[in-house]
Amino acid sequence: MYVAVKGGERAIENAHRLLAHERRGDRDVAEVSLAQISEQLSLGVDRVMTEGSLYDRELAALAIKQARGDMIEAIFLVRAFRATLPRFGATEPVNTGEMQVRRRISSTFKDIPGGQILGPTFDYTHRLLDPQLAEGFVPEQPLTAEALQAATPRVTDILGRDGLIEGSPQADADAPVGDLTREPLNFPADRDLRLQNLARGDEGFLLALGYSTQRGYGRNHPFAGEIRFGEVEVEFFAEDAGFAVPLGSIELTECQMVNQFKGSANEAPCFTRGYGLAFGQSERKTMSMALVDRALRARELDEEATSPAQDEEFVMSHSDNVQATGFVEHLKLPHYVDFHSELGLLRKLRQEFAEANEAPEMQEAAE
Amino acid sequence: MNAPTYNFAYLDEQTKRMIRRAILKAIAIPGYQVPFASREMPMPYGWGTGGVQVTAAILGPQDVLKVIDQGSDDTTNAISIRKFFGKTAGVETTTSTTDATVIQTRHRIPEAPLHAGQVLVYQVPIPEPLRFLEPRETETRRMHALAEYGLMHVKLYEDIARFGHIATAYAYPVKVNARYVMDPSPTPKFDNPKMDNCPALQLFGAGREKRIYAIPPYTTVVSLDFEDHPFTRYRFDAPCALCGAADSYLDEIVTDDKGGRMFVCSDTDFCEQRQAAGHHGALSAAPHKEKAHV
Amino acid sequence: MSELSRLDNDQPLLVAEGLAKNYGQLAACRDVSFSLYPGEVLAIVGESGSGKSTLLQLLSAQLAPSAGCVSYRMRDGVLRDLADLGEAERRFLFRTDWGYVHQDPAQGLRMAVSAGANVGERLMAVGWNHYGRIRDTASTWLERVEIDVGRIDDAPKTYSGGMRQRLQIARNLVTEPRLVFMDEPTGGLDVSVQARLLDLMRNLVSELGLAAIIVTHDLAVARLLSHRVMVMKGGRVIETGLTDQVLDDPREPYTQLLVSSILPP
Repeated sequence: MYVAVKGGERAIENAHRLLAHERRGDRDVAEVSLAQISEQLSLGVDRVMTEGSLYDRELAALAIKQARGDMIEAIFLVRAFRATLPRFGATEPVNTGEMQVRRRISSTFKDIPGGQILGPTFDYTHRLLDPQLAEGFVPEQPLTAEALQAATPRVTDILGRDGLIEGSPQADADAPVGDLTREPLNFPADRDLRLQNLARGDEGFLLALGYSTQRGYGRNHPFAGEIRFGEVEVEFFAEDAGFAVPLGSIELTECQMVNQFKGSANEAPCFTRGYGLAFGQSERKTMSMALVDRALRARELDEEATSPAQDEEFVMSHSDNVQATGFVEHLKLPHYVDFHSELGLLRKLRQEFAEANEAPEMQEAAE
Repeated sequence: MNAPTYNFAYLDEQTKRMIRRAILKAIAIPGYQVPFASREMPMPYGWGTGGVQVTAAILGPQDVLKVIDQGSDDTTNAISIRKFFGKTAGVETTTSTTDATVIQTRHRIPEAPLHAGQVLVYQVPIPEPLRFLEPRETETRRMHALAEYGLMHVKLYEDIARFGHIATAYAYPVKVNARYVMDPSPTPKFDNPKMDNCPALQLFGAGREKRIYAIPPYTTVVSLDFEDHPFTRYRFDAPCALCGAADSYLDEIVTDDKGGRMFVCSDTDFCEQRQAAGHHGALSAAPHKEKAHV
Repeated sequence: MSELSRLDNDQPLLVAEGLAKNYGQLAACRDVSFSLYPGEVLAIVGESGSGKSTLLQLLSAQLAPSAGCVSYRMRDGVLRDLADLGEAERRFLFRTDWGYVHQDPAQGLRMAVSAGANVGERLMAVGWNHYGRIRDTASTWLERVEIDVGRIDDAPKTYSGGMRQRLQIARNLVTEPRLVFMDEPTGGLDVSVQARLLDLMRNLVSELGLAAIIVTHDLAVARLLSHRVMVMKGGRVIETGLTDQVLDDPREPYTQLLVSSILPP
């Protein structure tokens, strides 16, 4: 006797139990702690915070641990948690010009006020696997010096003072900033929403798109005007108190691309901007974001939009890895019903095809 | 650490109100896709986040919830969603179509007729019926606004020219209230007539695509066709092997690797109710019978 | 048709008044005024850059003028300013009472959809709902534009350039429009293919009593198809008149230059 498939519930429970076991791995090996993840896999934590849109190192570390190191799964966990959080309001805009800089470089000027500060970077390391790191390696203490008191103005501000780069549009302090996690996205989208989308967007996707602009698909001649990483103060305007209250500081990476100049009969030529911002130290992400941001400004800058990176709908609709992975992976779900209706149709078509092609032969045979 | 806590039916009340506003608008404009600020849910996009958000927004403590996937209460995704609401809302759950006040479904409409006061919540992957004819949202929204549906008919024309009939077996487009062309979600076209003049409220939620649409009770729903190539239902021409039903939509079950197969109701509740009422199919009372060649 | 016959043929179908289009400093089109009557074929000629394509886009409401207006006599006999039409009305006009033949057929056809559906689309858009009748009408039109009816289920991407252009014409004429815009309809075709297409177009225009506005740089096309010619240079209309008169006895030196640069018909 046939019995319809049952017992899915127990199967799920058992599968999840097995998953927990696999996540733990060999129990003779010490369990990884959240502090270890946060301290030693910190760039992974930064990425999860950025694309998860939630600045919380500990939760991001937990998500990475729970996801067995699968970054998109970890981002997903953080996003799902974030979506349930009550919203008290938005902070004051952060001032990256007053960042406590740990790293700061420009590819446009050899020397800049405040200096080039290399900071912690993979740049210029030789990419050789280091066997020392395999166990118990204790690195030397870093060299220290007095913090420079000199201001570190943004390179784009320096260019802007001479009118060499377009003005950064002064946001209307009273105008609400769009939030695509609270409002449905409509096209065409303004730059605030585009930047939010890109900030949450998949690093790999933006990297590929940014790369494509460099290879001629929507080329916009970028220079890394400045990349800076460090701590900035976050303030919240408290209605009751009537002034902005400091909430603490967060680590940010900012990239300002300086791009191809524009100009017209009634406008002097000047450089244009592309902008990237992310939590923690996320240089690849912010650089890619800045390239794509600039490419997406094609409409506003009256450029011919012919390439994927310039196509706002294409970029914004596919940048989110949580959306993308969900829909790709949903193919694992049962599709019996649709498949069977296709199967039925296909059989019918094949039968009709066979009948149509058999008919003359049968006639011949009869003759 | 910030230990997570969750509201009744998972979503916070602000989000529910936002979704309910979208639902009300959708009911006011039958078949129109209302954009809404879809949230990230703890299940992946494409696994029913739209339906889950709609259900979460309308669920009350007195509701009785049924969840089906492919017509069945026992498929993994149905269990997972039912457990989710059992846990986060603590509402009573059921497998009975008649007893449920809210039914969330993926890919089927139950066989038992729905009654007034019930809500059927569909999970929708691609809400835009014109999407694969025209990829751009800006263009499809314009087409809906101007009721320019010539392109949809071009597709149906092409089907007939190529195959002799309209070659859409599921997600078969309908026109709602003589105005909007709508995607019924990937239900088999067998289910299309059940949407027409249905006493229950039908809500459609697409999470990843951030759209909600609705068919209010007793609304006209017409499957698109040509006068000389009218819409027809399709089901495999066999009775259910378990309950003998000759008018239900059937799942094909492969019974071995030698081509053996059988056909049983896709709607498990319907099938069980019939069996409980004494109906029998060819295989239900005949254990160890030879292969089921239908 | 009874509605149509009620229309007075002495009343213009389309009226342009003081049309101008500027792109920044550049005046692509300046101060163009004329009236087009039912059944009349007007050719707009000039070199590339003379403003004739801009003018065609202004006349067909695809481009908003910087100054002036275009009015069209709707099927109910009322003359309406195109700028006052809503988008829905304009699009309806475009798929019923107007045709637009692009130089590149790929712009006017659905290249991956069968010829039958290409022709049938306009009918379905205005509510035809009988597959057999749509297909019969499409077949009739394929015959009229000399396309083998056996190719009705083939997509135009499998057609030659000349066939594609004829298919585009059929797709436009199936709703029996009263006015057709044509932008270099013979451009990019071989000379022998051009001759056949021109012959076909001339017959269709006279059989159907179509009004047409044809933009062309080819004076032979103007001579063969049009009743009247407008010569453009630097965005202005510099000479206008009956086709034979303008081409045989041009007054303006620029027109004389244009005419002398082609062989007599």
